[in-house]
Amino acid sequence: MSLTGTDTRNVLLATLGFGVCALLPFADTGYWLGLGVTIAMFTALATSWALFSGPTHYISLATAAFFGVGTYVTGLGIETLPFWALVGLAGLIGAGLAALVGLATLRLSGVYFVIFTLGLAELVRQVITWVQNNTGQKGLYVLTDLDEAGIYWWLLGLCAAVFLTGWLIGRSRLGFALRIIGDDEIVAAHSGINTARAKILLFMVPGAVAAMTGAILAPRYVYIEPSLAFAPILSFQVVIMALLGGASRLWGPVVGVIPFTFLLETVSSNFPNQTTLVIGVAFLVIVYLLPNGFVGLLDKVLHRTKANEVT
Amino acid sequence: MTNHVLSLRGVTKRFGGLVAVNAMNFDVAEHEVVGLLGPNGSGKSTTLNLISGALPLTAGNVSLWGSRISGLPAQTINRKGVSRTFQLVRLLPSMNVRDNVVVGAVFGHRRRWGHDANEHAEKLLERVGLGGKGDMSLGQLTYIDTKRVELARTLASDPKVLLLDEWLAGLNPTELQIGINLIKSLRDEGRTIILVEHVMDAIRSLCDRCVVMAAGTKIAEGTPTQVLSDKKVITAYLGDDDA
Repeated sequence: MSLTGTDTRNVLLATLGFGVCALLPFADTGYWLGLGVTIAMFTALATSWALFSGPTHYISLATAAFFGVGTYVTGLGIETLPFWALVGLAGLIGAGLAALVGLATLRLSGVYFVIFTLGLAELVRQVITWVQNNTGQKGLYVLTDLDEAGIYWWLLGLCAAVFLTGWLIGRSRLGFALRIIGDDEIVAAHSGINTARAKILLFMVPGAVAAMTGAILAPRYVYIEPSLAFAPILSFQVVIMALLGGASRLWGPVVGVIPFTFLLETVSSNFPNQTTLVIGVAFLVIVYLLPNGFVGLLDKVLHRTKANEVT
Repeated sequence: MTNHVLSLRGVTKRFGGLVAVNAMNFDVAEHEVVGLLGPNGSGKSTTLNLISGALPLTAGNVSLWGSRISGLPAQTINRKGVSRTFQLVRLLPSMNVRDNVVVGAVFGHRRRWGHDANEHAEKLLERVGLGGKGDMSLGQLTYIDTKRVELARTLASDPKVLLLDEWLAGLNPTELQIGINLIKSLRDEGRTIILVEHVMDAIRSLCDRCVVMAAGTKIAEGTPTQVLSDKKVITAYLGDDDA
């Protein structure tokens, strides 16, 4: 495991990029910082989502489930445990839940997996609502002294951790195994890869990250209830953003997250009732025009210029 | 009995009411090349799938060096040293030629990683006649070359037993000669090979011993000359005199 020149350059560039992003709260603490939090949140969610779904082509709609579990970890524990411990705990619970879901579903083929993950968010939401109805509780107040800038830095740190994890996985045998599984699962098994284990291990990453994101964002909501914490739209937004950018590269999803966040922001402030419509149209556009996202488009252009140089 | 690398005892596979493989028994000794013959649909490929773990057995058992491997998942059987090619070539389209071979080296019987795995893959590409083509994409390869890539991937884990499922099928006469020579060179290295094959030239020049199947059952076993003149074998391929 040695670093090549390109690796060192990429690490330096990434560090520099994160350093610049970390300065945002000093420039503005209002609108732009709010937007920064949203972008950082979706970057963590979409990048970790693509780590698993990119190579395996298993579309997971469980983001909202893990995210909601994370917000509830903070909501329930904020009076007793320090914030950093809650974020860590949410990560562990998210990873554990992902492992259980993986054990139950990853042996199944794609479509069943998609439906199960979508149902999971709904299931957890219903269970929590049921518990609340039975105990007479309505929602949870999350009161901390963590301000918007603090949340932003937490999310930025999480993003950095996601990128580092993704980069390390990409260089590891596990990352290579996942690429093989995505290409041909039968070949993978006959080459000595424990396909179920590899998939479950990697599925735990987005599970943990989504739960941690939820735990970090809970203070921003102040008051959390199931319909907010487990909103299924979140899962779809993450998928669309990741696919818009392109799930085949580590930096792909963030390229989709930034324009899409601006688009959603514009639409939801000007046409608040048409947000869902925009998501629907965006999905159609991606499927028809950009099946491999911006990354795929870029690869195509590069390929063409290369071909032109040869001839 | 202990020098048998692979042994099949009462190996049976039923698909619903159809008995695809019926109580197969045979052994493969070290450094031996065994041909598995029979008309289409006689259960040769299914037998290979049962050995490699692609399909679960209905009854019987397969053992490698005396320890049972049937019932284990395909990846475990591969790690124990049984490696195979597929009847319809299976390669990984998103990777270049070299990485397709590295796949076999990383997770299999003998494991390599990083620089070591790449070097090993280069050596094997050279070995199967694809030297210098490591950076090519699969789309640039001819049919026989795709078969060579698959063979190199199979060899990359240093398997104890090699299973070749109609590796020579679909090749033109020139390629066929190249293919036969390639497998002969593997044989000369002292590898243990089971090959499912239809090409008679190949069977005569490659196999030490043949097992002939018809309708899922073993009908003959012996040297190529013996089995190819066996009355039951001729009947299985060509039908009865009065047919």
